[in-house]
Amino acid sequence: MKYIDEYRDKSIVSEYSEAINSIVKNDWLIMEICGGQTHSIVKYGIDELLPKKISLAHGPGCPVCVTPVEKIDKAIEIASDAKVIFCSYGDMLRVPGSEKDLLRVKSDGGDVRIIYSPLDALKIASENPDNEVVFFAVGFETTAPSNAMSVFQAKKQNIRNFSVLVSQVLVPPAIQFILSSPLNKIQGFLAAGHVCTVMGYTQYEDISEKYKIPIVVTGFEPADLMQGIYMCVEQLEEGKHKTQNQYSRVVTRDGNNSAQYLMSEVFEVTDMKWRGIGNIPLSGLKLSEKYSEFDAEIKFGLINYNKEESTKCIAGLIMQGLKKPFECSEFAKNCNPEHPLGATMVSSEGACAAFYKYRKRI
Amino acid sequence: MCLAVPGKVISIRGEDRMNKMAKVDFSGIIKEVNVSFTPEVKEGDYVIVHTGFALSVLDKEEAAKTFRYLKEIGEIE
Repeated sequence: MKYIDEYRDKSIVSEYSEAINSIVKNDWLIMEICGGQTHSIVKYGIDELLPKKISLAHGPGCPVCVTPVEKIDKAIEIASDAKVIFCSYGDMLRVPGSEKDLLRVKSDGGDVRIIYSPLDALKIASENPDNEVVFFAVGFETTAPSNAMSVFQAKKQNIRNFSVLVSQVLVPPAIQFILSSPLNKIQGFLAAGHVCTVMGYTQYEDISEKYKIPIVVTGFEPADLMQGIYMCVEQLEEGKHKTQNQYSRVVTRDGNNSAQYLMSEVFEVTDMKWRGIGNIPLSGLKLSEKYSEFDAEIKFGLINYNKEESTKCIAGLIMQGLKKPFECSEFAKNCNPEHPLGATMVSSEGACAAFYKYRKRI
Repeated sequence: MCLAVPGKVISIRGEDRMNKMAKVDFSGIIKEVNVSFTPEVKEGDYVIVHTGFALSVLDKEEAAKTFRYLKEIGEIE
């Protein structure tokens, strides 16, 4: 496919590998934020093409992984209601709640449907006026405009049997959380290309300046990742700390204004709990007052339900770049994609699941 | 989750600014895509599509930069 295949060309990737080799002098730890990038890196063996001096840490950018367990429990509670048609992106179905997952609800007879676009859920609502249709609005900034559009259209079209269970998270507060930790070892970031497609990267310029850290907005194909790493290493070796844009064929500095407008119309920023990490101030989105009638947590009386997760999982340390999947005593033993103990094993974009799939050496 | 793929716009329809649709070709698979977030889109453009929505119109000039950049590095060295 055009604009994909050429960025997977082996010769381009190995030229970048040689170029990186020729400029690196010191040891560097770089974190890719996005789970999609983690998946590509492990799948294509990008990390194994790098000089030993460069290590990659796999960040918290998998919304499926970081959705808090109490939100999954709420989804299960709502989906178990006989009058509900529960609509979700496919990757949420196997995420474990405190007792079961959505797939179990489906196999027990619940009407749980996998959808591709949030507008599909809206269509189901208009076709099934006697049912309550609830959409699990999960995602980072990339997905927020689409999810916002479903709520905007529901209000506009007066579809009252539609509501959303919102679990929206934001990347920049998570980067700042990692950089503020006294344990932080990350020296450069690859920012998530599609998040920045929506939001642009001015927020990242502020982070680069404040924390004196290079950030490179990077795409998802092997050549993109190698170029992003090259640009980051070049800055590190030269003692620079700017935000640069590798993914310029898709991302502009200001991002997508129409998408940002709709996000701010429907959502407002709120504190958010991240699975495996804990509470990060102002790192999530919730429906604004104007759209609160579409809030499934209010509609189903679940606002005050809280649940703390107890597990041996070290996902929080992995997502902050402090541990690798192989350093967990449970990895590929009591924890695997069929029976995940926590965040980073639950989605194919989680670091543990990617390593399990492509690098398991047992 | 943030997966988004490029596809070529074949046709655009819809008067409503917030509900503008396009037919988009993904290597022979044609899908309906909401292009309300990319009002500047034209037929023949490539768009980056996520969960049924175009989030960006691909810049063809910039697309060549990943390959040109390598050449430039080579010349500096």
